[in-house]
Amino acid sequence: MVQYNETRLDASFAALSDATRRGVLEQLSRGDASITDLAGKFHMTLTGMKKHVGVLERAALVTTEKAGRVRTCRLGTRALEEEAAWIERHRQLWSARFDALDKIVEHLKYKEKADARRKRR
Amino acid sequence: MPEGKEGNPAAMNRTAVESKADRELVVTRTFNAPAHIVFEAWSKPELFKRWWVPKSLGMSMFSCDMDVRTGGAYRFVFRHPAFDQPMAFFGTYREVTPHKRLVWTNEESDQGAVTTVTFEENAGKTLVTLHELYPTKAARDEALAGSAEGLPEQFAQLDELLAGRS
Repeated sequence: MVQYNETRLDASFAALSDATRRGVLEQLSRGDASITDLAGKFHMTLTGMKKHVGVLERAALVTTEKAGRVRTCRLGTRALEEEAAWIERHRQLWSARFDALDKIVEHLKYKEKADARRKRR
Repeated sequence: MPEGKEGNPAAMNRTAVESKADRELVVTRTFNAPAHIVFEAWSKPELFKRWWVPKSLGMSMFSCDMDVRTGGAYRFVFRHPAFDQPMAFFGTYREVTPHKRLVWTNEESDQGAVTTVTFEENAGKTLVTLHELYPTKAARDEALAGSAEGLPEQFAQLDELLAGRS
């Protein structure tokens, strides 16, 4: 088991707390991309995307390399795999739970409306 | 805004999960109903047991005892066909404010989390925020590995295995 420096782990979690940055990581997990590509995909300005990539880079979740005028981004260390996997497992559980809750809530709402209609009659 | 389609109800109802600091987990979701209805589904055992253990987990809630009031206790027992022994989860409701807030402890070990759920109603919809605070980072990381919540992947694998055999 790899031991991670606490400060870096904090930086990783801070980096992962943003939906766009999680999206960028997900995108990069499918293949390397330039900052311009990412900005386009996430409907952002180049400057905005550079900032997000900077946060991810400082957390060692992403590495970048400049060739000519193009800066290519790729996924960083395996630290990412562990953190993202942890979050993903939680997301799966809570999505499944809340999808089920959603159905029950819809049913209760429908029932309440039907009861209210019956009372008015 | 990433991949967001405005007015898409699926996007609105997406479950967001965030890891805040080292010892915390925050889950948010908006439900299309007033808070008293959403709260009801969290506080009545016959409703709660229908969603807390989603079908995809392959488990069933064997028993579900909930005394939903401040100081009241809860105890859930789960079963899964792959396990001989049932699994029990228990703790105490530390705070119950109807339609607004639930706080409970988890007491199977001294590494259990304190869970706070808030219900915020706005224009007929309810934002549910669930916050888990673990005593240590290690406890949080292991919460999935050692609990029923860590099992979906294993169960998926088991399902695949069983499907391959039949």
